[in-house]
Amino acid sequence: MPPRASSRAEVLAMSDLALGSATARFVTAAPARRFDYNEDIVRKFLIASMFWGVVAFFVGCYIAAELAWPQLNIAPWFNFGRLRPVHTSAAIFAFGGSALFGTSIYVVQRTCRAPLWGGKALANFIFWGYQFFIVMAALSYVLGFSKSREYAEPPWHLDLFLVIIWVAYLVAYVGTLLKREEPHIYVANWFYLAFIVTVAMLWIVNNLGIPVSLYSSRSYSLFAGAQDAMVQWWYGHNAVGFFLTAGFLGMMYYFIPKAADRPVYSYRLSVVHFWALIFIYIWAGPHHLEYTSLPDWTQTLGMVFSIMLWMPSWGGMINGLMTLSGAWEKLRTDPGLRFSVTAVGFYGMSTFEGPLMSIRSVNALAHYTDWVIGHVHSGTLGWVAFITFGAFYYLVPVLWKRTGLYSTRLAAWHYWISTLGIVLYITAMWVAGITEGLMWRAYDAMGFLQYSFIQTVVAVHPLYVIRLLGGIFFLIGMLIMCVNLIMTVKSPSTARGNVPGAALAAGA
Amino acid sequence: MPTKIEKDEYTGKETTGHEWDGIKELDTPLPRWWLNVWFVCIAFAAVYAVLYPSIPLGTTYWKGILGWSSSQAVAKSVAQMNARHAAFMKRIGELPIMQVAADPKLKEVALEAGRIAFAENCQPCHGPAGVGREGYPPLDTNFWLWGGTLPDIQRIIEYGIRSGDPKAHQSQMPAFGHDGILKPAQVTTVAHYVATLFGIEKPGPTTAAGYKLFQDNCAACHGPKGQGNQSVGAPPLASRVHLYGDTLAAIEYQINTPRGGVMPAWHTRLDAGTINSLAIYVHALGGGE
Repeated sequence: MPPRASSRAEVLAMSDLALGSATARFVTAAPARRFDYNEDIVRKFLIASMFWGVVAFFVGCYIAAELAWPQLNIAPWFNFGRLRPVHTSAAIFAFGGSALFGTSIYVVQRTCRAPLWGGKALANFIFWGYQFFIVMAALSYVLGFSKSREYAEPPWHLDLFLVIIWVAYLVAYVGTLLKREEPHIYVANWFYLAFIVTVAMLWIVNNLGIPVSLYSSRSYSLFAGAQDAMVQWWYGHNAVGFFLTAGFLGMMYYFIPKAADRPVYSYRLSVVHFWALIFIYIWAGPHHLEYTSLPDWTQTLGMVFSIMLWMPSWGGMINGLMTLSGAWEKLRTDPGLRFSVTAVGFYGMSTFEGPLMSIRSVNALAHYTDWVIGHVHSGTLGWVAFITFGAFYYLVPVLWKRTGLYSTRLAAWHYWISTLGIVLYITAMWVAGITEGLMWRAYDAMGFLQYSFIQTVVAVHPLYVIRLLGGIFFLIGMLIMCVNLIMTVKSPSTARGNVPGAALAAGA
Repeated sequence: MPTKIEKDEYTGKETTGHEWDGIKELDTPLPRWWLNVWFVCIAFAAVYAVLYPSIPLGTTYWKGILGWSSSQAVAKSVAQMNARHAAFMKRIGELPIMQVAADPKLKEVALEAGRIAFAENCQPCHGPAGVGREGYPPLDTNFWLWGGTLPDIQRIIEYGIRSGDPKAHQSQMPAFGHDGILKPAQVTTVAHYVATLFGIEKPGPTTAAGYKLFQDNCAACHGPKGQGNQSVGAPPLASRVHLYGDTLAAIEYQINTPRGGVMPAWHTRLDAGTINSLAIYVHALGGGE
């Protein structure tokens, strides 16, 4: 392949140097750009993601309160059973999904030096189609049309509709990759592409079913019994793997080196851990079904693949953290980077905790307890949300062409209040989970169960209240970020034309 | 193909020579410790897969050197726990309940078995330690609809109340108001009289009429003084416990449209030893006769 990009890369590098260090990350984008990148669609997805984040965290707090005080279940629309999928779908698909769509479209254009394939019309179709899917899905849960398939609750019409949107997204993404002006594909795009392709496969297979009629929202799964459970958790586990891990690793691989202004630590590590993650993750689903009627051999395979997955997951953490060598002092001044790096820390913690919990004897204690809920939230709040916040703090000044954030102090408040919220949440759930696990298995001297189920519910009630408090802290942090980013866009203090750096100083 | 390999000043490492939107990559080798831990994990996985059931082989699968299976493991663990009390429970189920209660060791086991069986099966309706709640009688006090001796309690647990079991207790209070047996004014009058029986209302001008109505319509089951009758499951009315509330409105409601609870027959779900244990446990809660 001819080195067609070399001269342009040098121009880019030179303009970087000329603009100096402190403000370079905000300013380089504009003058060096000579393509008509579609940034409008990125802005739309960012706004949608922030809106859905507030919704997801609010509903999360409400259902946490319902668990602590069941009187809050308002039948039938606001029962826990109907609101829980609203929370999970809003958090994963609406907040996380919109963030992934937006950042992936931003990153693929920049790192390929090609505008988004398919033009504005396709981009808008993807955006509005996806938002329509989210709204319809949430309505279908609240009104009682859920397919009651965990993390795949929408009725079958909506499942099919999402496939159309997803294929359009894949086409636009791959189209951009094919039209790239860089000789190689950057690692962030491998992860984003793995996310897009695999989630399509998972979504389609898991949702295979037979509708009752064309006019009914009801359908029956193509699979039955233990096989159905296996397909469901093959999907559920790899939604974690390819939606919440691979997709957000793509985000990490762009925004951390960009914000730290340092080269990625190891190209070889990124290659090895990428392929190892992709190949091993897909087999680990059965660990969700240990101690069930799933055959023992399948359970064992799920467990051992989870153990082998530990280091491939940590490859991403090493690459994220070590990229900061030479730039650690930026953590003091760049609140976005602080979020990204903390996210990588939580990522490392939960990708250790996951294999640990999959070990059969540990699973005997942890399965069905709130420990699992704590584990999920250290991943989703600590990793997924924090890496997204880091990207938001980076992107908003760039996309709206501002000199910097409105207030780094507000961002610091967001950081600390959210971190405190996560710590409250996950420690409460650790204690609750281990309490439940130990109480459920306790026998007295005569061989009778020591505790009834309801006694374990009473025992964890205070911890449920602490969990709610943690959730409220996280929601408050999110609202602080929204105010800060809205002010970044609106406030005259961050308008271009002001002295670069002045706004940052004033905000701090 | 690398376009421009540079040396990173801070780490002293070379870049791969590519650049994307200003992002470069160092050509750092894989961290040794990372690779080693990974190999250890893979070795652990391999050993575990040899020891435990793991690989599918057509219609069968590799059973593992240890011969472990989850269903056998749980059966073994349950059997171990059952072995601690199985012999006692068998005798508790076989002997007449009065004899079980007279044997200190059997009674000790029965109280322990009854404690957890009650918490798992009875507590959802009758409340923790049988405190009761609206519509579900308390079991910790001397308020018995169908009798509070050990054999009474055992029979109720075994066959239930209005459960559909042929041996279950049956009773139905007539809907005096709804079916027009009493006129609305008469319902009010007799309800007021009933309220004077347990002191939430003072005797007034209608009390004499209420007394007359009570004796004509209610006393046959509830007794002339409202003391109740366990042989027909008629609750005592001159009592501090009232199943469906102790307000005037609650009494009127009950006279107009009476409610009667349903308790399942537990002999279809619990073995004889557990039922006898439950009876002894409930009897000991504070109200046993």
